[in-house]
Amino acid sequence: MSTQMSTATGQPEPTTFYLEEEHHPEQGTMLGFWIYLMSDCLIFAVLFATYAVLGRNYAAGPSPKDLFELPLVAVNTTMLLFSSITYGFAMLEMEKGKQTNTLAWLAITGLFGLAFVGIELYEFAHLIHEGATPQRSGFLSAFFTLVGTHGLHVSLGILWLVILMVQVRQRGLIAENKRRLMCLSMFWHFLDVIWIGVFTFVYLMGVLQ
Amino acid sequence: MSAATDHGHGAHAHDGHGHDDHGHGGASHGSLKGYITGFVLAAILTAIPFWLVMTNAIGNNQTTGLVIMAFAVVQIVVHMIYFLHMNTKSESGWTFLALVFTLTLVVITLTGSIWVMYHLNNNMMPMSPADMKHHMP
Amino acid sequence: MFSNLDLQKLVFGRLTLEAIPYHEPILLITFAAVAVGGLAVLGALTYFRLWGYLWREWLTSVDHKKIGIMYVILALVMLMRGFADALMMRAQQAMAFGPEEGYLPPHHYDQIFTAHGVIMIFFVAMPLVTGLMNFVVPLQIGARDVAFPFLNNFSFWMTVSGALTVMLSLFVGEFARTGWLAYPPLSGPAGSPGVGVDYYIWSLQIAGIGTLLSGINLIATIVKMRAPGMGMMKMPIFTWTALCTNILIVAAFPILTAVLVLLSLDRYVGTHFFSNDLGGNPMMYVNLIWIWGHPEVYILILPAFGVFSEIVSTFSSKRLFGYASMVYATVVITILSYLVWLHHFFTMGSGASVNSFFGITTMIISIPTGAKIFNWLFTMYRGRIRFEVPMLWTVGFMVTFVIGGMTGVLLAVPPADFVLHNSLFLIAHFHNVIIGGVLFGMLAGITYWFPKAFGYKLDPFWGKMSFWFWLTGFWVAFMPLYVLGLMGVTRRLNHFDDPSLQIWFVIAAFGAVLILFGILSFIMTLVVSFVKREELRDVTGDPWGGRTLEWSTSSPPPDYNFAFTPMVHDGDAWWDMKRRGYSRPLKGFRPIHMPSNTGTGVILGMISIVFSFAMIWYIWWLAAATFVAMLVVTIAHTFNYNRDFYIPAEAVVGAENKRTKMLAGHV
Repeated sequence: MSTQMSTATGQPEPTTFYLEEEHHPEQGTMLGFWIYLMSDCLIFAVLFATYAVLGRNYAAGPSPKDLFELPLVAVNTTMLLFSSITYGFAMLEMEKGKQTNTLAWLAITGLFGLAFVGIELYEFAHLIHEGATPQRSGFLSAFFTLVGTHGLHVSLGILWLVILMVQVRQRGLIAENKRRLMCLSMFWHFLDVIWIGVFTFVYLMGVLQ
Repeated sequence: MSAATDHGHGAHAHDGHGHDDHGHGGASHGSLKGYITGFVLAAILTAIPFWLVMTNAIGNNQTTGLVIMAFAVVQIVVHMIYFLHMNTKSESGWTFLALVFTLTLVVITLTGSIWVMYHLNNNMMPMSPADMKHHMP
Repeated sequence: MFSNLDLQKLVFGRLTLEAIPYHEPILLITFAAVAVGGLAVLGALTYFRLWGYLWREWLTSVDHKKIGIMYVILALVMLMRGFADALMMRAQQAMAFGPEEGYLPPHHYDQIFTAHGVIMIFFVAMPLVTGLMNFVVPLQIGARDVAFPFLNNFSFWMTVSGALTVMLSLFVGEFARTGWLAYPPLSGPAGSPGVGVDYYIWSLQIAGIGTLLSGINLIATIVKMRAPGMGMMKMPIFTWTALCTNILIVAAFPILTAVLVLLSLDRYVGTHFFSNDLGGNPMMYVNLIWIWGHPEVYILILPAFGVFSEIVSTFSSKRLFGYASMVYATVVITILSYLVWLHHFFTMGSGASVNSFFGITTMIISIPTGAKIFNWLFTMYRGRIRFEVPMLWTVGFMVTFVIGGMTGVLLAVPPADFVLHNSLFLIAHFHNVIIGGVLFGMLAGITYWFPKAFGYKLDPFWGKMSFWFWLTGFWVAFMPLYVLGLMGVTRRLNHFDDPSLQIWFVIAAFGAVLILFGILSFIMTLVVSFVKREELRDVTGDPWGGRTLEWSTSSPPPDYNFAFTPMVHDGDAWWDMKRRGYSRPLKGFRPIHMPSNTGTGVILGMISIVFSFAMIWYIWWLAAATFVAMLVVTIAHTFNYNRDFYIPAEAVVGAENKRTKMLAGHV
């Protein structure tokens, strides 16, 4: 329809149907990784839903009130929060192109991450030692799986962080490495967001009941 | 041949970077001020719920529950804005659209499951003696 | 003696010689056939020295066209397996009446109906859909490849690993006997202590990773890599449906993954998610798996809708009627498909309020689907319709699918569902929509895009034979099931007492034989067309008078798809170009930047088979070793920064000149 109009008005130049120069489509990595995070979010949604449904099935076993130690959870939350801000600093240094500073902040982030995983493992070991194993009740199954899946994500994040540090050392802050660091940044902050759900919904609400 | 490839490769990497910058606009990497603001807000928004629960400041469990849920929602928004640099414009709005869609599905999955399972439990699960008494007319 | 036993457990887990079913003649014969066939293929590959070619050009390829073709081949091979299961079930049900026991004992029969469902959905329908999208979408949007070419290759090999794991269960151990969704507590550690459910879990998990990643990949491709000028509302409708399907994949498959993880934890670790005791709740599994399961239905059908839209418009030589309404209908279906899951378990007892909510949403979702049917009809109305084979499939689909849709709305009424739940009426309903919708759509799509993929059309005579056998076969096979369902016959039975029902099962079995002829005719189509390929050659690249960009390039397209990236001005881009006197550029070619092939995907896929095998049989050392191996291979892959190369300008000139000559020879 529009063509007829334009021919009627006498369009002087013929329409081009192809690009003369090489076409560079936009980089899809950030969007792709974001979509992956969204799908991961739904995995957590299922685990949260399972916890919501099974979380009060104590099967005459221990309840959250008997088990959770909020000071420990608060320390753990602090670790994760610190690791978030230090990762942010790493990204700022990366933007300035300062490789050594970036690596230093990444290392600090990794240490906070390790502390988080360490404290969580300590908590799990403690619970299991007390007989509150994942096999004890539906509540504990859901608890260990939800919190453990988050912890597993953080552990994988640390492994990824280490690999990226090696790659940045090898090749410097080239475009690919920057892109990877930005993906890990999203992953890391995303895990922090999930943790907000975990400490509120599982720990704080659990102790309230 | 290999030299040409390397050259091409380098050129591409440069291009890719250019597009990245273009797609994001420098601001989306965040600034020191942004990170600090986010961190302070997050710390406050974490500390208050813990304090509320640990000292039982409100006194009513249900109210406390609702309040800390509200804090969690606010804190998630803070993280999204200051740490994940979420806005409606990055990637032509696709990331934001994906987020809204996902949050809708998360809400459907959570509330739907709870709703469905609550009714199933009510109708189908064997009742404890205490429940029996409760349901007796 | 005891230490001996322990050592064996340590090395082989619970795998023993008894796991190999050498006492089952059916399986032995199958195994012999597979072994002979496999050896013949391997021998032929070696004899013709094709190993290197196969490895370089196909297995390690990151070309979306080749990966798409490989997906379709995988699906067609698995269709043979799934259909063999179907024939066996039909034969058993047709003969097992009264004193007659039939030839399949329950233990075997239950595995067959489970495998049939799993294979047909996950390893036939899904690869067909993914394969078509992979092949077509980048061509339709004027791109050179997908956004993440390596990931695409990896996704494909994960799907293959899942399929091979299912096939392995045929010869080592057994498959699940739980039905295709493996409801606990039957699928729990007490109900199914054997390896069957573990085979089920691991094959789906591995294939699920592939599906999820390919979903992410195609979304990024469609969002980021469209040709300049192609706004969202100028995208071909198949690309639109592909976008929505992949959104559904990304949003639904994580749920399946999570649910299966919880089930595996119950089985491997002894947690209490879905057990009957200690606070578990089996109903939660049913709830969660259908939150995945219902979107899955639309994951399969939406691309079929897209195929039909393209075909109706092409073969009516008309622009698609109501393009915008088609897009909106697709988007509405995408969202609504998350609000209907409970209609799969009305009878579980959620009560009236919950049931009526989900009953109503289910009825609402049929409205956009109905709108689509009208759009296709109005496209055909006053069109210059050419009844070639793809169009036949489309018309067959419209007639068949409407019936299936209407029985679906019938089942959406909760009180009616209480009568028909788990009856053969349900079986007839979903086969009606999946065969009449998805399968017809995929076969139509294969016939439609075959010349694009291989450079010659499919032989129309055998194509028509296949269509008519499939269509009549479907009606003869499944109409009796509607009748039986209304009489109250339930599904998954391997023996019946009432002899008056037998005639219906005999008719259904006859229908299955007709479908067999349909499949054989399809194979004939491929063979005959290959033999007559010079006669059927498509030199123009546009054999049907197409409307979208994939028809603007040669058949088969060069590795780089388009020598120059097209500029889009109109919805039907290629139609617009033809109408406005587009002439193909003949000079000015440049080197083209392309991704390099990599073997990482194949290697990871093969290791993951060993990993799942080890997990299934409790061979812990092997599971740990292969898990570490997968991690190492993945990490090593990230250290390779040299992932692309340039096709030199001379090569592009060569390929394009060849096409110029071909086009000239045609005129």
